[in-house]
Amino acid sequence: MGKGKRKVPGLNQSSTADISFILLIFFLVTTSMDIDSGLSRRLPEYDPDAIEEEMKIKERNVMTVQVNKNNEIFVKNGVINRVIDISELKDLAKEFIDNPDDDVRLPIKEEYDIQDYGVVVTTVRHVISLQCDRTTNYEIYFKVQHELSKAYTELRDAWALKTFGKKLSECDEKTQQPVVRAVYASKISEAEPKQYGTAQ
Amino acid sequence: MSKFRSNGKREMPELNTSSLPDLIFTVLFFFMMVTSMREVEVKVQVKTPNGTTEIEKLERKSLVSHIYIGPPSKTYRAVLGPAPRIQLNENFAEVEAIREFVSAERESMAEKDKPLMKMSLKIDKDVQMGIVNDVKLELRKARALNIVYSAGIDKSQMK
Repeated sequence: MGKGKRKVPGLNQSSTADISFILLIFFLVTTSMDIDSGLSRRLPEYDPDAIEEEMKIKERNVMTVQVNKNNEIFVKNGVINRVIDISELKDLAKEFIDNPDDDVRLPIKEEYDIQDYGVVVTTVRHVISLQCDRTTNYEIYFKVQHELSKAYTELRDAWALKTFGKKLSECDEKTQQPVVRAVYASKISEAEPKQYGTAQ
Repeated sequence: MSKFRSNGKREMPELNTSSLPDLIFTVLFFFMMVTSMREVEVKVQVKTPNGTTEIEKLERKSLVSHIYIGPPSKTYRAVLGPAPRIQLNENFAEVEAIREFVSAERESMAEKDKPLMKMSLKIDKDVQMGIVNDVKLELRKARALNIVYSAGIDKSQMK
């Protein structure tokens, strides 16, 4: 009946923006982009018979870090036996782990064969025993853990810088980083408080 | 001079908004991608401690299970009191329930991912170590040995 083509009227799209705005705001609100972060640790295997083994660690190879119920940090190894401030802990731990002057009171330095690299002289057998009271504050305990981690990181960085000419994080992930980690392997024992023997 | 003077009123040209929906849609899609709805309601108050250089980000979320330890939040405090509690999944739990929780989490994982399972301990900084040690002992018994002390990164303290 009508002559000529009929034009389809254009859809009114002016509200599309508003609709998508509403959706956008909904997702903005519900989004939580928090990536979990934290301090990684590996717990020892649970084995009631393992206590015997630990008795055999020589006294000079052990550094005991105790956090008591008043949140004081007590450090005991061959050279030190007193309450310390948390700011001292990192350097004490570094000195203990590295034993730079080959002190007889600090952990014994031994030749240690690292796969694909060779022999290095390092304190393979050192152990840092971290003990705490049931009423110790978690934040203090965490800070102690953090300081000990820092000690390892700084030693690793220094060694990597000396050997490969770059920091640990810049080293090759497949070949160099495992070597650096093996030289200063983290030996933090979080086991329940127990008496270390002086045997051998 | 009159060359530059226009005659009649000048009208401000209308801004073309036809591409606005497309723009908004792009942003919308971005947020749709990164969104992960909070799966569990956290019933305990957890304010994790802060660290600086040693804090690592946990990249693969599918490997991580969470254990919350802290004082019950306001709604539950009237019933449960202020003493720190453990929360697994949706509910408050006792230390003994951790073993079951670990095996359930382990079951839900792909076979090759099982050894990589990580337990993220979200612990309030004012909690005392007693309960934390109990949890750690249970985790050892359950052979879930990779743990993470969940912590924020304090950027102001970084050098």
